[in-house]
Amino acid sequence: MEREVFDKSILVVGGGISGLTTALEAAETGYRVILVEKEAFLGGRVARLNKYYTKLCPPSCGLEINFKRIKRNPNIQYFTLAEVESVSGEEGNYDVAIRVQPRYVNDNCTACGECEKVCVTEIENDFNLGMDKTKAAYIPYQLAFPMKYVLAPEIIGTDEAKKCLEACKYNAIDLGMQSETINVKVGSIVVTSGWKPYDASKIDNLGFGKYENVITNVMMERLAAPNGPTNGKILRPSDGKEVKNVIFVQCAGSRDENHLPYCSAVCCLASLKQATYVREQYQESKVTIFYIDIRAIGRFEDFYTKVQSDENVSFIKGKVAKVEEDPATKDPIVEVEDTLSGEKIKAKADLVVLATGIVPNMSDNKIPVNITCDEFGFAVSDPSKTGIYAAGCAKRPIGVAGAVQDATGAALKAIQSTLRRVTNG
Amino acid sequence: MDKKIGVYICSGCEIGESLDIDALAGVATSEYKVPVCKNHPMLCGEEGSSLIRGDIEKEGVNTVVIAACSPREKTNVFSYDPTVISMERINLREHVVWCHPPNDEDTQMLAEDYMRMGIAKAQKMAPLEPFSEEINKTVLVVGGGITGITSALEAARAGKDVVLVEKGPELGGWMAKLWKQYPKTPPYLELQETGIDSKIKEVKSNTNIRIYTGAKIDKTEGAPGLFDVTISQDGKSETVRVGSIVEATGWQPYDATKLGHLGFGKSPNVVTNIMIEEMAKKGKFVRPSDGKEAKSVAFIQCAGSRDSNHLPYCSSYCCLTSLKQAAYIREQDSNTKVYILYKDMRTPAQYELFYKKVQEDAGVFLTKGEVVGVSEDSDKNLIVDVDNTLLGDRIQIKADMVVLATGMVPSAGIQVKDLPLEPEGASDEKKKEEKEPPKDFIIPSDILNLKYRQGPELPNLKYGFPDSHYICFPYETRRTGIYAAGCVRQPMDGATCADDAAGAVLKAIQCVELTAQGKALHPRVGDMSYPDLYMSRCTQCKRCTEECPFGMYNEDEKGNPLPNPTRCRRCGICMGSCPERIISFKDYSVDIIGSMLKAIDVPEEDEEKPRVIAFLCENDAYPSMDIVGRKRLSYNPYMRVIPLRCLGNVNLVWIADALSKGIDGVLLIGCKYGDDYQCHYIKGSELANYRMEKVKETLDRLRLESDRIRILELSIDEYDKLPGIFDDFMETIERVGPNPYKGF
Repeated sequence: MEREVFDKSILVVGGGISGLTTALEAAETGYRVILVEKEAFLGGRVARLNKYYTKLCPPSCGLEINFKRIKRNPNIQYFTLAEVESVSGEEGNYDVAIRVQPRYVNDNCTACGECEKVCVTEIENDFNLGMDKTKAAYIPYQLAFPMKYVLAPEIIGTDEAKKCLEACKYNAIDLGMQSETINVKVGSIVVTSGWKPYDASKIDNLGFGKYENVITNVMMERLAAPNGPTNGKILRPSDGKEVKNVIFVQCAGSRDENHLPYCSAVCCLASLKQATYVREQYQESKVTIFYIDIRAIGRFEDFYTKVQSDENVSFIKGKVAKVEEDPATKDPIVEVEDTLSGEKIKAKADLVVLATGIVPNMSDNKIPVNITCDEFGFAVSDPSKTGIYAAGCAKRPIGVAGAVQDATGAALKAIQSTLRRVTNG
Repeated sequence: MDKKIGVYICSGCEIGESLDIDALAGVATSEYKVPVCKNHPMLCGEEGSSLIRGDIEKEGVNTVVIAACSPREKTNVFSYDPTVISMERINLREHVVWCHPPNDEDTQMLAEDYMRMGIAKAQKMAPLEPFSEEINKTVLVVGGGITGITSALEAARAGKDVVLVEKGPELGGWMAKLWKQYPKTPPYLELQETGIDSKIKEVKSNTNIRIYTGAKIDKTEGAPGLFDVTISQDGKSETVRVGSIVEATGWQPYDATKLGHLGFGKSPNVVTNIMIEEMAKKGKFVRPSDGKEAKSVAFIQCAGSRDSNHLPYCSSYCCLTSLKQAAYIREQDSNTKVYILYKDMRTPAQYELFYKKVQEDAGVFLTKGEVVGVSEDSDKNLIVDVDNTLLGDRIQIKADMVVLATGMVPSAGIQVKDLPLEPEGASDEKKKEEKEPPKDFIIPSDILNLKYRQGPELPNLKYGFPDSHYICFPYETRRTGIYAAGCVRQPMDGATCADDAAGAVLKAIQCVELTAQGKALHPRVGDMSYPDLYMSRCTQCKRCTEECPFGMYNEDEKGNPLPNPTRCRRCGICMGSCPERIISFKDYSVDIIGSMLKAIDVPEEDEEKPRVIAFLCENDAYPSMDIVGRKRLSYNPYMRVIPLRCLGNVNLVWIADALSKGIDGVLLIGCKYGDDYQCHYIKGSELANYRMEKVKETLDRLRLESDRIRILELSIDEYDKLPGIFDDFMETIERVGPNPYKGF
């Protein structure tokens, strides 16, 4: 039995929880991995969550272990501020061009913070979904990996950038850094390009973008997170008031012909989780969840049972028709039919959270690989096509446990591609 | 070879501006007489790291102490082969200069104590010698259903030899009993073939897969890379050696005879979803009572599921299965009416499109509702009373046949042998009274029959599933090298089972690859240390054999622990449990930490400078403290932090040593334990808590205030609470006063 081994390395496109997992699992099994991530840090969407359901544990706990594993493993090479530009070749032998944007900070950076001290310009804080600002010389968040500063392109060429350069004692700032292309050869490719939230402003009747106190579930995570724009205090946008009465609108723009026809699988549990945030922070608060079906699947049912037992949380089956606003108080008003009683309700709240869905990044930004996607932009597994695989939300909407499960299996598939077997007889 | 220590102090990142570096170096050279002590303004740069490498290569330095930033930073720069060079890192940046006032006496004393502690540790660390033995890399797959078959194929495709053991006479499991599958591929609307037949063919024709059907496992001995599994088949026994194990033994349907309240067993025409699938394979949906074809079928969802009297959890597959079966029935005869009575329809992701399609079929009527009764008339037709429906009032549905959509019970949750369900002698009540250490719950399900001291199967966590309940690490297992996959791990459908199989196989392969290099698995991946036992002082107290979360130790008849290094996760919990302190790692031991404690310079009582030790778990508490530094938050300068692999490492002798040295208090901070535990070693912090309760009794007897010891749980994102926690503890220490043993 002969075994022909092609280039043993694996390319992982996307450094969120799925990409991190595929990369680590393959690397620890002994294979070289090249991990490419578009943002300046690894962790993607989950780094921006406050807690995971249903254990209500912080994402940084698992991420810290993963980053520790990366630090200990010379098999992984990662590129941030990077995207795959082109791919050619076939299974076992792909030529990939990776385009890396300049960070203007090199590996000498000790994250001491001197550049940030002298920087004055502020930019939108992408980590907090634009809900606050950060300096133009910044570290994405306290546990960011790599723990290295970033200089926003906005200040390059200005005096500000020069000040940062002068403040740095370690020659870590390189204002002349250019974007570069790195060419690599890999044996297989795993696409873990993840997702972005559905644009809630497209859901006309639900008031997002019109009324300040209508926010989305991803924004709620940032509000509740200790490293978020309000240091973890859930305050409503219009006046910074503490919330006493919160309404969650499930399936906002999901399971809907006019928006996303599919179900995003995580939003029910996410809203249950966020309901516990509100309840824990404000003892007297009330939460109402308007839903179609509560999809707390498998053993996650326990969590639903737990939240249901809280008297201050009510569940009403009904699809929300409309969200408006009381102009005097800026309180949002939700119009919905309670389908079990037949009653039409107009419910007022301090804050409305739209449980919006998951849109795969490949729906409008296809990675230049030969991968089939369904009509929504999710990658389709094709057992006849080997060499390029997908995992996590690039394949279908899924929560963290499912994504990690998936990504672990994808590592195996990628490894199999790098091995070729020629059996005798 | 003789130890030669080199101490390297970095004066960058404000360290040089905040501390008297010369005095700090003086601790190393004068107090500890280290032969090499240098400093550099940027130790992590090219010049700095070359300085260290030069000393290693030319000056024979073989133990490196780096006093600079956190050990979590610049790991690629300060990285040496642990089998040759021992390294200790002292955190002068995040834990000293970034959160304490510069050029301050207390800050300087803090830095100097850390220098002492770091050198004390370095003096006793030894280079690692990885465990080395002939490691077998065959994967054993237990269970020949979709998960087992897929596991076997995936492992074979990855170049491994496989042994597949199936209890029944045929491969295929429940998947082989299905007529069709619900749609998994775009456009997500049409029912699909199961594909199980071709998979069975493939697995049978793969020469790397040895299949045993009609077989079971009599016993499993050994450890990862070294498992000896005895398979019995047709009255004969065979022992095979394997490297790792995938447990894919699937599920049984919930016992419908318990659903008498829904008519099962009372009315013959009340059947289960399993029975409908059998009918579908035969092509006709006939009533058991009279053999007539059913022209109206009512599905009752969550039958015995999401019900605290039956299965509290949701089995995830039943909503989609009922929709599929509705489609079968409607396809077979478009005049047959189908009713689906549900609590919630759970069709996540793209499965929603199939749900929509079935909803659009005018012959299918779906409503949410509570089924309050199922009765039958004289013709054995069924009458289903449903309340709280979408139609408003209570409705009554008449149907020729009723289908109960029953749930899944994992095979690991089914007790097969006549053995007590609970671990010997420990009921919950007794546990609380006697304060026993937390024990695993293991149901003797006759699957692996492990010859492990702690029990014969994978520990069950909740509802019989042997899953470890980690969100981030779903394949994590309490028995190293043994991975549960498919429905035995969690309720899931066929497509997910196939994915799960691939994941479990990856972990099984990774296990043998790492083990062959003498390296540990998750979470201390790559660690080549492992426990050494100084057996001549063992008193056979059995604490290590009982408390190891992974069942690493077997036991002989006398109670002596028998270590199995390839099962070890290197957490050191056994080290903490041993009252004789006989367990140690080459780079981490009771003595090493004890030496660190004793190295602390404790001022006399009249100086009014208390000293407190803070044991911090390296997984969550330590990074959290780094962030406190990064945010430049300040707190009292009297804490001396000692990072531990797990809070479960804490050996009570350290408390005694600390107190007898005059240290005023000991703070322990670890990860959350309990139902939603965070501890990366399952029960490390819980054990620490249990041990601290014992220590409080001792303290009270010594007339030392038990307030001097505090143990807390902390999540990694609770860094803002740390300064308050430290200062609050210091207030308590000030209240109880200085340790009377100071200066003794």
